[in-house]
Amino acid sequence: MSYLDKEALKVVGTRPIRPDGIDKVIGRASFGADYTMPGMLWGKVKRSPHAHARILKIDVSKALRVPGVRAIVTAADFPNIANEEAFVGEGPMNFRDLSRNCMARDKALYDGHAVAAVAATSNAAAEEAAELIEVEYEVLPHVIDVEAAMAPGAPILHDDMLTQGVEPKPTKPSNVAKKITFTKGDIAKGFAEAEVVIERKYTTKPVHQAYIEPHACVVAVANDGQTTIWSSSQGQFMVRAYCAKLLGVDIANIRAMPAEIGGGFGGKTLVYLEPVAMALSKKSGRPVKLVMNREEVFRGTGPTSGGTIEVKLGAKRSGRIVAAELVLKYQAGAFAGSPVGPGCMCAFAMYDLDNVHITGYDVVSNRPKVAAYRAPGAPISSFGVESCLDELARELGIDPLALREMNAARDGTKTPYGPTLTNVGYLQTVEAARNHPNAKIPLGPNQGRGIASGFWFNIGGESSAAVHVNEDGTVAVVEGNPDIGGSRASMAMMAAEVLGIPYEKVRPVVGDTASIGFTFLTGGSRVTFATGMAVTQAAEKVVEQLKSRAAAIWDISPEAVEWRDGKAFPAGANAGSFEPLSLADIAIKSGRTGGPITAEVSINAQGAGPGFATHICDVEVDRETGHVKILRYTAVQDVGRAIHPSYVEGQIQGGVTQGVGWALNEEYIYDKDGRLENAGFLDYRIPVASDMPMIDAVMVEVPNPRHPFGARGVGEVPIVPPMAAVANAIADAVGARMRDLPMSPPKLRAELDELDPPRMAAE
Amino acid sequence: MSKHHVTTTINGEPTEYLCEGQQTMLDVLRDELGLTGSKEGCSSGDCGACTIIVDGDIVCSCLMLGVEAEGRKITTIEGVAEGDKLHPVQQKFLEHAALQCGFCTPGFIVAAKALLDQNPNPTEEEARYWLAGNLCRCTGYDKILRAVMDAAEVMRAEARR
Ligand code: FES
Ligand code: FES
Repeated sequence: MSYLDKEALKVVGTRPIRPDGIDKVIGRASFGADYTMPGMLWGKVKRSPHAHARILKIDVSKALRVPGVRAIVTAADFPNIANEEAFVGEGPMNFRDLSRNCMARDKALYDGHAVAAVAATSNAAAEEAAELIEVEYEVLPHVIDVEAAMAPGAPILHDDMLTQGVEPKPTKPSNVAKKITFTKGDIAKGFAEAEVVIERKYTTKPVHQAYIEPHACVVAVANDGQTTIWSSSQGQFMVRAYCAKLLGVDIANIRAMPAEIGGGFGGKTLVYLEPVAMALSKKSGRPVKLVMNREEVFRGTGPTSGGTIEVKLGAKRSGRIVAAELVLKYQAGAFAGSPVGPGCMCAFAMYDLDNVHITGYDVVSNRPKVAAYRAPGAPISSFGVESCLDELARELGIDPLALREMNAARDGTKTPYGPTLTNVGYLQTVEAARNHPNAKIPLGPNQGRGIASGFWFNIGGESSAAVHVNEDGTVAVVEGNPDIGGSRASMAMMAAEVLGIPYEKVRPVVGDTASIGFTFLTGGSRVTFATGMAVTQAAEKVVEQLKSRAAAIWDISPEAVEWRDGKAFPAGANAGSFEPLSLADIAIKSGRTGGPITAEVSINAQGAGPGFATHICDVEVDRETGHVKILRYTAVQDVGRAIHPSYVEGQIQGGVTQGVGWALNEEYIYDKDGRLENAGFLDYRIPVASDMPMIDAVMVEVPNPRHPFGARGVGEVPIVPPMAAVANAIADAVGARMRDLPMSPPKLRAELDELDPPRMAAE
Repeated sequence: MSKHHVTTTINGEPTEYLCEGQQTMLDVLRDELGLTGSKEGCSSGDCGACTIIVDGDIVCSCLMLGVEAEGRKITTIEGVAEGDKLHPVQQKFLEHAALQCGFCTPGFIVAAKALLDQNPNPTEEEARYWLAGNLCRCTGYDKILRAVMDAAEVMRAEARR
């Protein structure tokens, strides 16, 4: 069934209080580190202080003598996994790399790489013992930055890394894991037709997801191998699968329980601690708790890539773009797997272009292995492309929104990466931005306005949900996705809408791996779309059962029963004359009409609608200090249909703020020895309340026909435009074109000095 | 290592515990007393997830030693509501959807309560600066500020009655 008629909806589109809200405002919600088990040990990971070093020897004898120490593990305690690529969910996964990222084998590849771990009866004993583990290293030359890693003679991280995607096949190893290209039309012909050509290079720095909750888990392995994992992650099924693989046990041996998760943004789509705690628990025979501190989060877990973005655009004087070329080089960290693919695919996806050529390089260097971060890859390439479009607009004297409108993708536009877009709400976002009051507010001196757009695919995939009718007419919804930003509320709302009962009568829970069917992780902006679809279908199956139970009570045919407003009615006069039966009336009799009323649905949801956004950012630049103040921010986004509008707005506002941090402050800073210098929130500065204005989240609703309620993913695209929106606003304010992130005060001051050299005092 | 005996008041309850000299108040709350509502986001005073109120002032409990609680009056997130009646800040956080993951929420609520106890009528800017020691990575602060400003209004109205 479809529920696209907004007027007919009673629950979807309202703003009820989330079902898990009370626990979270009174401090009762149980996050990863809040769990304990009887007899539990405390673990601590020993990490490499070197950016690149061969591990010659690990001596644990002193550490083992610390009172309370029960187990120490190193790579020797994990199976040595073969180098092969598996495909999981959104992308490729190499389990050899994942295993070696959790525990270094032979070589430590970055500052902070785990080399051993210890479990002891107290946290203090574990910390003391970790200090006393002696690792003998042969320090090797290291390389941090992407272009240095690609240069001839660069230190090689992996002796067996032969660049994929180049002909002839290379025979010598390099740090370039892969080269990819996307071509549409004829790029040379396009540039030959161009009246204006503009070619620029931009760079971005790695930034961390910086979820406030550090990684944490408790793992208990019983003597028969049965394992319980309690952890904070974006997917309990992901944790189960990866731990089974890395420890070489059957999936059936592991039950993974989803803790409340304190933010992830993609960063918790991998495992770091769980396999290590599992090995420690197995070895010690006791449950083991492992919690990272903030420094470990920065040094040991994946930020997203930094990269270089080389953009060349050819256009007619009218503004029509006739050729677009892009070269992306993305840092993958120590193991292959940067998001350069989606970076390539998203960069021009908002535009209808005939001639496009895109090249991407996935490059390893001595940094932590990157992890997904909100629309992985897209913000990096879009910073370059959306900045360059602004430079083009200025060159041509065309309004940036008009330039985008003229080149906008529409239904039927073929993307440079292949698929043809349908159900495109991009132009609607440009129009809504143009008509928004923010676009017309007059600007003062040193103030400027920037425009940028963004695209993200959004995904569907495998999801399961169960709807159980309780005997008093209330309803339980069980689903398989950790709730990272209010999704339980949306699930309950969709179920309530289908069943025709009040939202408060529905209690949603996130099931563990033993209590609900497989569900792919919380990521790709998929939960409301895919899992919401499963919930809706399960609720519809329950309605069918309710109708047949009513038919049984009335002794008529189920086809003669109609479900409306939470009640069964005889469908028309021919069906007979009966008092309507409410869900509660039917539930209480379910024991006599066929037993419990319940349905579980597992699907592989297809047809996630793409997400488009257009942002307006107003800034004021302090010429003295180079400080940029965000004066106003308006983020327009096609959200399909907002199930719970407050949480949709929240996704947009949160994504924008992360983007502003990426634009202005955030970066990984390494010293000459390859050690991370700013592994804490004091020196890695994320936006705080006084840095931001209110953020106007404008929801454009172009319903996605492939979802029963028209929903499309909303969580990722809001982080795509901000970096260019801020850069474009700075250029508008003071004429300085900032092409290297972050646009920190010293950099902006230097740029301003160059434009307008300060007079010497003596002059 | 001999432990220190501490006598204090937590959320109105006279409380005694033993702790080690270097143990932080946050560790005491979480690991010794089972009060896990205060969160550890950094242990360096930078994130505010561990915020508590000590004798009326907000403190990062990760920067305070357990032994320093001797003779003090401490309020943690678990003590902000009165029985089953939520504090207006808690109620407004729910109504305004001012939490996504909810990990920063205890710290923000404790800090906001302390603000409104001291200044019942803050401007938005004053509230933003007061809360600048609390990091939230999910919400972009918009809804948090709306919740705090709205709670302030409710509390002023309650005070007038
Ligand atoms: S844990 Fe205390 S300020 Fe972050
Ligand atoms: S709600 Fe997640 S950090 Fe604030």
